[in-house]
Amino acid sequence: MATDRIVGIDLGTTNSLVAFMQGETPVVIPGDDGLNLLPSVVALDANNQPVIGNAARNSLIETPERAVYSIKRLMGRGSEDIQEELKLFPFRLADDLQAGEVLRITLGDKTFTPPEISALILRQLKRSAERFFGGPVTKAVITVPAYFNDAQRQATKDAGRIAGLEVLRLVNEPTAASLAYGLDKKRNGIVAVYDLGGGTFDISILKLHDGIFEVIATNGDTHLGGDDIDNLLITIALDDIRGDLGIDLRRNAEAVQAIRKAVIDAKIALSSQPSVKLDIELPGNKHYLREITRNQYEQLIQPVIDRTVGPCKQAMKDANLKPEQIDEVVLVGGSTRIPKVRALVKELFHREPHTDLNPDEVVALGAAVQANILGGGSEATENMLLLDVTPLSLGIEVAGGVTDKIILRNSTIPASATQFYTTQIDGQTNVAIHVLQGERELAKDCRSLARFDLKGIPPMAAGIPRVEVKFLIDANGILHVSAREQRSGKEAEIQVQPSYGLTDEQVEGMILDSFDNAEEDFRQRQLIEARAETTTILTALEKGKKSAAWGALTTDEKKQIAKMEKSLVAVNAEQDYQAIRKAIDALNQGTMRLAELMMDTAVSSALKGKNMDETDLGEGPTAPHPMAKAEFE
Amino acid sequence: MRAAHFCESCGKVQPPVPVDYFSFFGLPPRLSLDVAALEKSFYELSRKLHPDLNARAGSQEQEWSLEQSSLLNDAYRTLRDPIKRTEYLLHLEGVLLEEQSKSATEQARATGELKKQIVPPDLLEEVFELNLHLEELRMNKKMGDDDPALFEEIGKAKLSLEAKHEALLRELQTYWKEWDGLIDRGPDASTTDRQRVSGKLVDVLNRRNYIRNLVRDVNAAMEN
Ligand SMILES: Nc1ncnc2c1ncn2[C@@H]1O[C@H](COP(=O)(O)OP(=O)(O)OP(=O)(O)O)[C@@H](O)[C@H]1O
Ligand SMILES: [Mg+2]
Repeated sequence: MATDRIVGIDLGTTNSLVAFMQGETPVVIPGDDGLNLLPSVVALDANNQPVIGNAARNSLIETPERAVYSIKRLMGRGSEDIQEELKLFPFRLADDLQAGEVLRITLGDKTFTPPEISALILRQLKRSAERFFGGPVTKAVITVPAYFNDAQRQATKDAGRIAGLEVLRLVNEPTAASLAYGLDKKRNGIVAVYDLGGGTFDISILKLHDGIFEVIATNGDTHLGGDDIDNLLITIALDDIRGDLGIDLRRNAEAVQAIRKAVIDAKIALSSQPSVKLDIELPGNKHYLREITRNQYEQLIQPVIDRTVGPCKQAMKDANLKPEQIDEVVLVGGSTRIPKVRALVKELFHREPHTDLNPDEVVALGAAVQANILGGGSEATENMLLLDVTPLSLGIEVAGGVTDKIILRNSTIPASATQFYTTQIDGQTNVAIHVLQGERELAKDCRSLARFDLKGIPPMAAGIPRVEVKFLIDANGILHVSAREQRSGKEAEIQVQPSYGLTDEQVEGMILDSFDNAEEDFRQRQLIEARAETTTILTALEKGKKSAAWGALTTDEKKQIAKMEKSLVAVNAEQDYQAIRKAIDALNQGTMRLAELMMDTAVSSALKGKNMDETDLGEGPTAPHPMAKAEFE
Repeated sequence: MRAAHFCESCGKVQPPVPVDYFSFFGLPPRLSLDVAALEKSFYELSRKLHPDLNARAGSQEQEWSLEQSSLLNDAYRTLRDPIKRTEYLLHLEGVLLEEQSKSATEQARATGELKKQIVPPDLLEEVFELNLHLEELRMNKKMGDDDPALFEEIGKAKLSLEAKHEALLRELQTYWKEWDGLIDRGPDASTTDRQRVSGKLVDVLNRRNYIRNLVRDVNAAMEN
């Protein structure tokens, strides 16, 4: 049933994954390259068609002006708060960007908002899942950093919608990890999850109690991760090159990307080796050579990883817990593979952290668990319930530009607060409310969420109207506001002006595969794929006919093959992809002996390979697609 | 009686009824409260009301589930904390604690003056001295000087304040008992009695808040 196919998605800064609960265990669904991790890289090919993942990675070096990575850093952000990022990341903002407009990034000669780029990544994952299920997938749980604010969450939800996914829930990444972790451990106690990924850092402290996962405190930094280490190493290399060779490569996007790739490889090697030799080819046939020892590297990155200390201490303070009271520490995120990070965590929490789960996959697996819970649950998730918190306090601006906090950080969500407003002037019919998120005293130091204009207050003497405004943070961590004038009982009209983010109409206009067309889109795509397979198998057959093996078949066999070929050609002209698939399967069966004979003569394995690739399709969840798409020369 | 948050026979979430936080949990408005039992009921109700467990219900039920579980969380957050619980009870009694402090703050802001804190008389001397010391410490910090004796002096004052804070919490609990006695007596308890006890509660809370703010200032001065 299509309605039960709710997938869990980890939309990461560096890597994204899609997972699904297969029976009682969550599994990652591989992409068509057979790999679990989809690099969060988007590029446009020569025909302006989007390319996502590993395929797009090459384009980062070859055509950097047509590619983008780490787009998550820009989700829900305005141009004034990304000035630092722009110095370190090759984001090319659109030239015609207006003040107050949602950011747009240039790829080739087109521009895209961050949610649209994220949507391309999500759509790719959606397609992997559809291939896995043999049917459309329209519902998902998507993870976000726990410390994401309202605008960043809303942007992620918008991305889902643009990708043709109904986002049933946004789950915080560390919390999702704890779900995956708690699934087989079924124990009670206090668990801290330390998640250092590519671009974000989160720390969450949870209380596990008979299947209830109650977050007691969370903290983090949405701009801290492996990217920051990469940027440090890149800067050093660029400085070296400028100093020693006198070439300034900072504006040379290709060279910068080549250096970036090399330093990331070096960084990863340094997690398991005592030293590493960098050897980077530079323009003009020169090489940049440098040896980095583990020791040097660790000194270099210390300031970066030290930035995780403050949030950890604050989270423990908020949870009112000492390190000794924490029973277990779980590591999540690729950057926790760095030995120095592990040492830091051990020092902070006075215990050896858990590393038994794959830090790249655990968040997606947890998202799949949550998807299963939302879908009605199963034996494995019975009794499991997640109680998460809002990471940042919600406030409203009051006289003097001060923030009045109405929902404190670490409040369990859903959470609400009610405020009463009145008028200052006789006959006043509007009241403006400025909603903020953050911990600081002054409104200007907090994050502006939105300005609400309460309209249609019945005209009365000043101070008489009593407008009740209800602020509600839902289970996704997203704010909803409603208002009512109490004396007249009239529902007041609220006009929302989000400080950052797309309007509903804008999102509508961006939708890639609309919901209503999910079935039709899926059918179309299947048809295109099936026809491509027809071409492949017919080409292979032509080849077979010319091979020595053809002669070894009986007349009867040849006649059979000719008949099946003819019917394949016939259905291929029709619209029914399933009929085409059937005909392909039949031809595959019928040419089995030919393929074997050809294999013997080592000609090609295309005919046979095809057969293995497509078995079980359409039967729903059986096994994750174990192989890469076969290649045909 | 607890409000019917969900249907006993079919388990479906019901529309929220406007009730106070105590009634939401089916509790009388008593201040001594078994927090472990409250947590247990919070978990039980969460398992019925949370949106995750009603994700497949109709849109009306989903809306009720969102409202009900936000009410549940708000109520639990308030009642499990001794200070918030007391403040909430006073709010139910019609004492405008928050408004009082808010209007004081706003007035102070409007006149550009520092918000006047009424120093509890028994603390006058101690606070006077502490403020001098804090001022000295801040000056030292500015000049880059270090005065370990002063630091120690402030540390001692802080300990004394923390002890007072503890004592106030104990005092608060004795008034809780008085209050609960009135509740247990039911309609027999007179309005005058209620007002007398709530007055005491307000007084302890104010003194307690004053000391808490003072400790916070001391901590800030010592950390910087
Ligand atoms: N062995 C390793 N040593 C050091 N760093 C590593 C290693 N393996 C992966 N990384 C780094 O981990 C980061 C990616 O981790 P991960 O896939 O968990 O991040 P993400 O989920 O995409 O990001 P985020 O959660 O911040 O959005 C990259 O910066 C990568 O370079
Ligand atoms: Mg991650």
